[in-house]
Amino acid sequence: MLKGGAVMDVTNAEQARIAEDAGAVSVMALERVPADIRRDGGVARMSSPEKIREIIETVSIPVMAKVRIGHFVEAQMLQEMGVDFVDESEVLTPADEENHIDKHAFEVPFVCGCRNLGEALRRIGEGAALIRTKGEAGSGNIVEAVRHLRHIGNALRRLTILTDDELMSAAKELRAPYELVRIVAREGRLPVPNFAAGGVATPADAALCMQLGAESVFVGSGIFKSTDPAQRAKAIVKAVTHYRDPAMLVEVSMGLGEPMRGLDIASIPEAELLQTRGN
Amino acid sequence: MFVQLNIGVLAVQGDFAEHSHVLRSVGVTATEVRLPKHLDGLDGLIIPGGESTTLSRLMSLYDLRDPVAELAARGQAVWGTCAGMIMLANEITEEDPVPMGLMDVGVQRNAFGRQVDSFEQNLLIQGLGDREYHAIFIRAPVITRVGDAVDVLASLPDGRPVAVQQGKMMATSFHPELTADARIHRYFVSLAGGPPFDPEAPLIDTPRVR
Repeated sequence: MLKGGAVMDVTNAEQARIAEDAGAVSVMALERVPADIRRDGGVARMSSPEKIREIIETVSIPVMAKVRIGHFVEAQMLQEMGVDFVDESEVLTPADEENHIDKHAFEVPFVCGCRNLGEALRRIGEGAALIRTKGEAGSGNIVEAVRHLRHIGNALRRLTILTDDELMSAAKELRAPYELVRIVAREGRLPVPNFAAGGVATPADAALCMQLGAESVFVGSGIFKSTDPAQRAKAIVKAVTHYRDPAMLVEVSMGLGEPMRGLDIASIPEAELLQTRGN
Repeated sequence: MFVQLNIGVLAVQGDFAEHSHVLRSVGVTATEVRLPKHLDGLDGLIIPGGESTTLSRLMSLYDLRDPVAELAARGQAVWGTCAGMIMLANEITEEDPVPMGLMDVGVQRNAFGRQVDSFEQNLLIQGLGDREYHAIFIRAPVITRVGDAVDVLASLPDGRPVAVQQGKMMATSFHPELTADARIHRYFVSLAGGPPFDPEAPLIDTPRVR
């Protein structure tokens, strides 16, 4: 039951406690937040079992953890450890550059990232129970998550005005499963919840994503790379609740210290973009 | 059939949108509640499922506990689902959150395990007639103690209660807002002063949220 809340990246028990106390609806267990993965380079993989167990034992809220795109054995292990949600994540180095995990084969639910409706429907077709935008993780820059939220919303609205006999062609262009396209065209929304992720650094960013149609937000580097993580974490939780109330947003944004510095997307070499991984 | 009732849905976190949608589909106004002033003029309140620690924290932060307790004390209908049930309880087996103590029941959080242990179960619910209700349990709590003034409306096959009523307060471990069967919402609307619930009425599928 994650809607209307904030899911926070944590790398140890102390951070997990800070997140839970701040009102996070879930924590994402990681070795390093995306900004540090980006900085360090090298291959980024699933966290160690000890780390994940440590975090599961610390909090009473659901715990998520990431696996490399296509690494179904990392997913089997996380399912075995009792993780509540598996994030098949472009933040880690892909293990399969052509195929994602067959998520229908698992009991544990998966969340996958997307940049547009076609990607979202391909992931849902594979069995994703939850979708999030990719944004540009670790950049502290909301522009990409906004781009992805708008692409999805726009494409959903366009689908609803097509006639039934135009849907096969729409499915072809989206490169998405036809049956899902039919359902989505009829309903005007995805068959699973859609959360925002990638670059959320301030309460205003979180509220922006919610106003653009996201049902919850993931916050990665944005919390623990800021100067006062506990305060910022609380503020972001409040901003997600009061996302349409500017007076509340102003109030919660006061006294937070400095947000993470972040990166201009144009300064990231194309080969280093995370959002292009998995498609 | 149009009723002018105005039912609040606590919207600080969780699946308030689903509850609002079902309420509208049964013909009442649904009002999202995020601050005490949003409780004015309501005929009843639903506390939805979500994360109980988040719910508890935000309710305390925004001074919602006392006004909600007053609403219940005035005899208005209140219904907690899943995390909402945890908040209404008198005591829980875990250290947090601190429940509001409005219903004389004891509750255990995450009684069935983690996300993978979520399940669905057909239940007979007292007052809803002979047709079973398809109940969805997600990281669900269970009722461990039932006070004298509390009626058990439904139990699992192993006997553990999962739906209870005390006066005009109701609590369910499962998520009626996630199924198309609106009977429990209709029953709640009758508690809130709406038309009496008719167990023989034909089931109408609630259309999906748009």
